[in-house]
Amino acid sequence: MATIWIDGVSYEADPSRNLLAVILELGFDLPYFCWHPALGSIGACRQCAITQFRGEDDHQGQVVMACMTPAAEGARVSIDHASAATLRKSVIEWLMVSHPHDCPVCDEGGECHLQDMTVMAGHTYRRSRLPKRTYISQDLGPLIGHEMNRCIQCYRCVRFYREYAGGHDLQAMGTRDRIYFGRYQDGPLESEFAGNLVEICPTGVFTDKTQARHYTRKWDLQTAPSICTHCGVGCNINPGERYGALRRVRARYHGAVNGYFLCDRGRYGYEFESSDRRIRVPLAPRGEQNQAEELSVQAAVTRVAKILTSSRRVIGVGSPRATIESNYALQRLVGADGFFHAACAEEHRSSLAALDALREGPSRSPALREIERCDAVVVLGEDLTQSAPMMALAIRQAALAIPRSVAERQGIPPWHDAAIRESVQSARGPVFLLSPAPTKLDDLATRVYRKTPRAIAAAGQAIARALDPQVPALAGDEMDRAGIEEIARALTVAERPLVVAGSGTASEAVINAAANLAWATSAAREDDRAAELAYALPWANSAGLSLLGGAPLDEALAAAERGEVDAAIILESDLDRIAGPGPAERFLGQVRHAVVLDHIAHPTAARADVVLPAATFAEGHGHLVNSEGRAQRQMAVFSPDEPIRESWRWLREAMMLAGYDEADSWTGAEAIAEAAARDHPALARLPDAQLSADFRLGGAKVARAPHRYSGRAAAKLHLNVLEPTPPRDNDSPLEFSMEGSPVLPPGKIETTFWAPGWSSPQALTRFQEEIDGPLRGGDPGVRLIEPAGEPFAYRDVALSAPSPELAPTPVVAAFGSEELSALAPGIAALAPRAFLELNPRDAASLGLADDDVVSVRARGASARLSVRLEPGRAQGTAGIPLGLEDIPVALSFAGELITGS
Amino acid sequence: MKTPLTHTIRPKEPPLDLSQYRRTGGYRAAELTVGRTAPGDVVDLVKRSGLRGRGGAGFPTGAKWSFVPMGDDAPRPKYFVANADEMEPGAFKDRYLLEGDPHGLIESMILSGYAIGAEVGYIFLRWAYRLAYARLSRAIAEAREAGFLGHDIFGSGHAFDVHIHVSAGRYMCGEETGLLNALEGKRATPRHKPPYPQASGLWGKPTVVNNIETICAVRHIVFHGPDWFRELGANGGAGTKLYAASGKLRQPGVWELPIGTPLGEIIDEHAGGMTSGARFRATLPGGASTEFLTREHWDLPLDFDPVATAGSRLGTGTLIVMDDGTCPVGMVHNLEAFFAMESCGFCTPCREGLPWTAGVLRRLEEGRGRYEDIELLRHHAKLLAPGVTFCALAPGASAPLASALSLFGDDFERHVREGRCPFRAEA
Amino acid sequence: MAALSSAERAEIDAEIAILPDARSASIEALKTVQRHRRWIDDDALGAVAEYLDLSKHELEAIASFYNLLFRKPVGRHVVLVCDSVSCWILGNEAVKQALEDSLGAAFGEVTRDDRFTALPMQCLGACDRGPALMIDEDLHGPVQPADVSELLRRYP
Ligand SMILES: Cc1cc2nc3c(=O)[nH]c(=O)nc-3n(C[C@H](O)[C@H](O)[C@H](O)COP(=O)(O)O)c2cc1C
Ligand code: SF4
Ligand code: FES
Repeated sequence: MATIWIDGVSYEADPSRNLLAVILELGFDLPYFCWHPALGSIGACRQCAITQFRGEDDHQGQVVMACMTPAAEGARVSIDHASAATLRKSVIEWLMVSHPHDCPVCDEGGECHLQDMTVMAGHTYRRSRLPKRTYISQDLGPLIGHEMNRCIQCYRCVRFYREYAGGHDLQAMGTRDRIYFGRYQDGPLESEFAGNLVEICPTGVFTDKTQARHYTRKWDLQTAPSICTHCGVGCNINPGERYGALRRVRARYHGAVNGYFLCDRGRYGYEFESSDRRIRVPLAPRGEQNQAEELSVQAAVTRVAKILTSSRRVIGVGSPRATIESNYALQRLVGADGFFHAACAEEHRSSLAALDALREGPSRSPALREIERCDAVVVLGEDLTQSAPMMALAIRQAALAIPRSVAERQGIPPWHDAAIRESVQSARGPVFLLSPAPTKLDDLATRVYRKTPRAIAAAGQAIARALDPQVPALAGDEMDRAGIEEIARALTVAERPLVVAGSGTASEAVINAAANLAWATSAAREDDRAAELAYALPWANSAGLSLLGGAPLDEALAAAERGEVDAAIILESDLDRIAGPGPAERFLGQVRHAVVLDHIAHPTAARADVVLPAATFAEGHGHLVNSEGRAQRQMAVFSPDEPIRESWRWLREAMMLAGYDEADSWTGAEAIAEAAARDHPALARLPDAQLSADFRLGGAKVARAPHRYSGRAAAKLHLNVLEPTPPRDNDSPLEFSMEGSPVLPPGKIETTFWAPGWSSPQALTRFQEEIDGPLRGGDPGVRLIEPAGEPFAYRDVALSAPSPELAPTPVVAAFGSEELSALAPGIAALAPRAFLELNPRDAASLGLADDDVVSVRARGASARLSVRLEPGRAQGTAGIPLGLEDIPVALSFAGELITGS
Repeated sequence: MKTPLTHTIRPKEPPLDLSQYRRTGGYRAAELTVGRTAPGDVVDLVKRSGLRGRGGAGFPTGAKWSFVPMGDDAPRPKYFVANADEMEPGAFKDRYLLEGDPHGLIESMILSGYAIGAEVGYIFLRWAYRLAYARLSRAIAEAREAGFLGHDIFGSGHAFDVHIHVSAGRYMCGEETGLLNALEGKRATPRHKPPYPQASGLWGKPTVVNNIETICAVRHIVFHGPDWFRELGANGGAGTKLYAASGKLRQPGVWELPIGTPLGEIIDEHAGGMTSGARFRATLPGGASTEFLTREHWDLPLDFDPVATAGSRLGTGTLIVMDDGTCPVGMVHNLEAFFAMESCGFCTPCREGLPWTAGVLRRLEEGRGRYEDIELLRHHAKLLAPGVTFCALAPGASAPLASALSLFGDDFERHVREGRCPFRAEA
Repeated sequence: MAALSSAERAEIDAEIAILPDARSASIEALKTVQRHRRWIDDDALGAVAEYLDLSKHELEAIASFYNLLFRKPVGRHVVLVCDSVSCWILGNEAVKQALEDSLGAAFGEVTRDDRFTALPMQCLGACDRGPALMIDEDLHGPVQPADVSELLRRYP
């Protein structure tokens, strides 16, 4: 620690930081623009000027940029000194010379960093009489608005987009006072992370187009801590609601998981919530004369209870996108034997194998921000940018770990972003990618191998064997010796090696080989430590569901086929989408009764006896477990209109009526979570994920809406002149209103990151324990899985027999493969068309050409797909998109090409 | 008077070819040094010679070189870059050397590169210097042919080659770190120092950037020794300096003179005095980014320290003379418009402040100025200072503006009072 | 003519050969196509980008930075008039006016006959010969307004 003086007062500071970070951390107000805690310093905007003195007797000092000055021992600086204060005021004046001052019509208004800084720096009066420069803005696609005239040229957008996220189509163009941040020409931004521009931009150049369609200012939003439901990474989000609908989703800082960012699937997928396919009342789709019939709550629950009491064998289909609570309630209802997962066998096996590997072996599953610090990465099979985008973003940072450390050894401080990059140049890695087809991470890979899933598993095992001869040998190792040794060496010498795999190859063997590879490093390393092991599981609660146990959907279908099932309760799943319309219809025909609980209507629901309107992530409470094994709590953002409620509450009501006494005790979200924790040792720590509902601050709960929330009395005036009492929330320490504790709550239940003088997302520095560190009072969530350590037994890698057929491999699309987000119009617009991707040689030997239409079949499902040739795809594989255009998931995992006739 | 840098240059005639150059003793210094003297000794010679950078900042050259990591574990390759961008308005001295003594430059680059252990040299050449390009290309080919450049120079086992990069035109390319970005094929925005290029420069490797005139002195220092070089200066300065002058002068041009030659002597004796009808009013002593000197400085020795004491900078030593018929507001407007055009747009004060000053000056010239505009100009001239802006471009722009405001304040006010430029004939 | 000619490719390759990576040759590559085609149209930019494995967006960021990379059409001869201070003192405004008059085209425009484009340019480094201008590779100065049309005649 160094001692520094700020305006005459001494403080302890970490000398590896810059003064801006230190000053903000100490709680001072100092305006800035180009610095960002995740991006570091470049010194472009000149806004963070302070005065630095040479010693105690120097009173004149010299203006320096706080962001570019280390917090070195003995540094003496002043924030208040006139020279720096004058400059700060002038910098704002300069930035405002051409700014359009269009705050009233700007989406950023009210949470604009430029507004905040203008006030903070004290600029009030416009002296320039020159005409303002103007720009023509661009159409950047369905998600992001562009208004270049508001730009203050802080360079943050391109630094995030290009350097942090690896995008190529957003650039700083032009020179002098005509710098333009945009694309070469109009068109959708190509990066899966483009939406972060909305929060990175300190003013309203990049705005959220989805929010603009139902615009609400920040102060009129009700928000609560939540977790993204659109993939297995489990990023923290801050959804905002007004008038009973979500208006937007913003990244919610989490010191260990997603940091400051989100992917666009997570940011923009929320619009499914107001899709016209929403189920808002209980239905009997096959009611009287097969006419759909709306049911009262009472009638619906009674019907379900009757099905429960009148059926001999009831099975439940749990959902990897539903909460632990809802899945748990269903599992209790149907019993462990009757509980199945809405997942194909391959996906199911992959998830189970992954969780077993994380529990049985010595390797730890790293959180995203820990992945960022890994310094040697091997990815087996997974196209992370598509299946777990934020994990890909973390690996992009990991690829810089070694090059950055080289720069730091030259004496360049870690925050000095520009100098680091100039020193690093194009050095990356080591990162090794083994995948069936090109991925967006290829550009940073030390080496890329294109292989079939089978060969990827074999290669992983072969590298593991090179590290530890105890690893059993496998036939079918197609990797060259030098390649094997190169990767083995990289894993041995790295400080924090990492092995990544996922369910995207449809291969349990790949999951197991990844585990063996990570574990085998411990034998070769001097420190005996095993590599970290990260799995990308596909859906928001794939891990949680697997922890509960249960069999795959295929077995449920088989049981029905055998006539063993009388009724099926289907939780938040569209079986048509998974198994295909044929098998799903058959299944629903074989079971006498079916109950579906979901938010959105789908073909499976249309065939059920009763459909119950389930709360979305924004409307209810519950926990998800992410791929890392971290349980995280979703808190209701708003209270939905009656009768929408969480699936578990519906199940509870039906169970109580049907005489399942146990459900009685599930009196609230916490009670059922505790019950799940008691029943499943793996979930024991679930209740620790968040503060409990009886948490109070100064006797009060925490408000979801900010004090400035406007128009509450008027919102429902057309229905009733009396202002309704706000709904109560007995499930969390939050209140559905603007009344709440005047004291700032701990970061994990903070609803609006807002501090005096700081209205924008930049207010976050006020809520972190230290810049870039955990939220004040600790980040939410709790890790459920820790490695068992030694001794361990290598996992059995069972390779499928080599076959002349093409191996089906799922092609995951960030936009389109996930069921709920695909309903959001913006995401739908960016989803690729369905296709069948082949290596041109394979296509040639099958006599297929581009655009030929081919039938694909698996387990009774089929689809017709047009051929797309991809020279980069491994020979011997057939890429089948996951979930695009309602292609049954089963086809992506097991599809067989029907050529010829 | 000794004029080592220019004595072989015959204006209007092609430069010496390799054999002619050899006959004047050319490449002897390099031959005797490379592989035979320790690189550190060359650095030492240059340190002792008192040579200071001729590119504008006047940084001691030997000291600059001594920050380059040496030894076996130093990063490789290292680069030596000759800054021949010379886009400073009023400056054309380097052109004289580039066109007139290409072999001299190459030999000096070999020695400089050797001193810092560089394997690769680049000449970053201003686009407009077409003739220099042709002559340099030829000289490089000759030197390669002779084995003075390449894998094994002078049979010493040392490698050093020189390549020319022709600029695509931008004043910022002359700023040494902007130059590095341009050489890397990027936008020529400046880089922050530290880290200095000597530690992390071109492609992240140790790099030295020197001005052409600075470099050209090196072979003479090595050949004749540091003391010989020091003594070439006048009034306590070390070495010679290429002075140049432009404006309404009888014989504008460039001359190699002892550093420290007084201002008046250059104008009267070398530039032949003012043209008829024009009277000297003031001069920028070292290119566009320096403060005006006036009659009062007629006897001032033009060397780094005396000029600094007088409140200006020697800069490039290229005088831009303002006569009494030239409007100071118009002249400063031309300069500020130049700087505004050439701002790279990276930092706020420069990107937004300079066009503002240029715009205000234009309004003054057009008779649309107000008194508070002059205040605005003062505000900018004071604020756009080193440390405030990211690089030295904007502070350079402040220099003539600030000094014009204090020296010619009346002229500014007359523009407002009369609602027109008093130096222009009334329409 | 979108694709790079073999001559263009050879010149770009020669530049790449003296640099550590292809991307660093971006400016030189743009200058090369400009030399061959007068200016860099969108297709040429695309072809260079592809050749150097850059995105068009990235290459445009570079192209739009430099004064002498032309992204708009220019005439067969480019006239660069020094706009800097010494030439201004020596009366370049009259020369600029004379030039516009003789060409019948404003700065930045291509003359009707496709012969000329005149551009004001920062200091040509010929302050001792001001007012100065350059036509193609030739430097002229001092130039008097009356000389301008005669000078232009030499460039058919
Ligand atoms: C905007 C700007 C433009 C510059 N242009 C040139 C130039 O054209 N030629 C030059 O030698 N130095 C130029 N310099 C100075 C260089 O940054 C650098 O100091 C110089 O090349 C170092 O050489 P020296 O130590 O030999 O003087 C410029 C500096 C700035 C700030
Ligand atoms: S450059 Fe700027 S904001 Fe940016 S933070 Fe520093 S000075 Fe500071
Ligand atoms: S000119 Fe661009 S930062 Fe100074």
